[in-house]
Amino acid sequence: MLAKRIIPCLDVKEGRVVKGINFVGLRDAGDPVESAQRYSAGGADEITFLDITASHENRRTLFDLVDRTASTVAVPLTVGGGVRERRDVSELLHAGADKVSINSAAVSNPELIREMAEAYGAQAIVVAIDAKRVPGAADRWTVYTHGGRRDTGLDAIAWARQMADYGAGEILLTSMDRDGTQDGYDLLLTRAVVDAISIPVVASGGVGTLGHVHEGLEAGGADAALAASIFHDGHYTVAEVKEYLLDHGVCVRPPERD
Amino acid sequence: MTAGRVAIVDLGLGNLHSVAKAFERAGAAAELSADPDVLLRADRLVMPGQGAFRECAHALAGEVGEAVRTWIASGRPYLGICLGMQALFDESDEAPGEKGLGIFRGAVRRFATDLRDAQGRKLKVPHIGWNQIESRHPVFENDEWYYFVHSYYCVPADESLVVAMTDYGGPFCSAIARDNVLACQFHPEKSQHAGARLIGHFLGDVAWS
Repeated sequence: MLAKRIIPCLDVKEGRVVKGINFVGLRDAGDPVESAQRYSAGGADEITFLDITASHENRRTLFDLVDRTASTVAVPLTVGGGVRERRDVSELLHAGADKVSINSAAVSNPELIREMAEAYGAQAIVVAIDAKRVPGAADRWTVYTHGGRRDTGLDAIAWARQMADYGAGEILLTSMDRDGTQDGYDLLLTRAVVDAISIPVVASGGVGTLGHVHEGLEAGGADAALAASIFHDGHYTVAEVKEYLLDHGVCVRPPERD
Repeated sequence: MTAGRVAIVDLGLGNLHSVAKAFERAGAAAELSADPDVLLRADRLVMPGQGAFRECAHALAGEVGEAVRTWIASGRPYLGICLGMQALFDESDEAPGEKGLGIFRGAVRRFATDLRDAQGRKLKVPHIGWNQIESRHPVFENDEWYYFVHSYYCVPADESLVVAMTDYGGPFCSAIARDNVLACQFHPEKSQHAGARLIGHFLGDVAWS
């Protein structure tokens, strides 16, 4: 039976790990390669890097980082942030990323997703959706881009469906309302997207407790749970998350004991 | 036997960086190549899989495919990964009319579109993520988890080739072994410790036939 995945996410800026609280107030938290190795050894099913380097000129630093990580870490690596065009996708894949996550560029040019899925296979193309609840609406969310600064007005559910139709292999769904709050995933949002499409959904934004991870995978129905701060701050290890999930009947790949 | 030189067949269908690195971490000298001379000079041959069956079949239609056939006939160790397993068979649903290497009789089939798990929940295709194998073969570990990314799976005509099965809406063949040929549908290079152990077995002395 296919396991639910636990994915530590590392926000990376100019080759170093940072942590975003609602996308502001970043602080340095170390070397991404070392962190990725530690997570992988601890049982992470996949590692995600989100590059928030402002300048496109500093991309070499990211490619080098991806290359060094892919050389030492034997689990799949997803890289996103600042992916604007075909060349960005191909350079990241060639540097050793298994999947490339595309956010704003998918909104400005949806055809890019179709082209990239045809060129590299759907499994390599992740569409990242930053969704925020429409004020006053119980079950409507719109898509935000540019690191959460711009409301596109696009309905998040319809957008997820469109991206799945265009050939995206997976949706990385972040709740902007919950990101950095540690109040738990937005389960309504997660469930709505999971029910709307037939490609995997990675839940993101808001994990503070072990119970939140469980909720995201069960009530939310996500295929994978992505989290940053609970791991970076040392609240929980990946192994602890997995032991908890196994105790609660969720199918995950057990952490190795070696 | 030492790990020696491992030639990795590079059909130009994707990034094989992580495959090469996985063998280097295991102590082998890994070389990516599409040159038959280079391939045939190695101690072990690995054919990883990325991309689509059609492009793979085209890439194997010429001298590279001949080199792989020659290699396998020579009795030296071969490891096929994903498409490198599928290419050993006659044909695939993915590209009707295209010929695989035909080392073994059988076909590559697509997962059904209405695939469901034991609880009746709809399963997604491609099958992406970590799944378990059931195996009694010495190089694999029963119940061990490996990383899969695929929509197609091999159906060997000779069932005795099958050495591992995996459940995804029903059992499918996730590894085969015969004489000097070992092949798996999953990706050992992405399967952390379990994958590293498998690569170690391939490079080591464990007999797999």
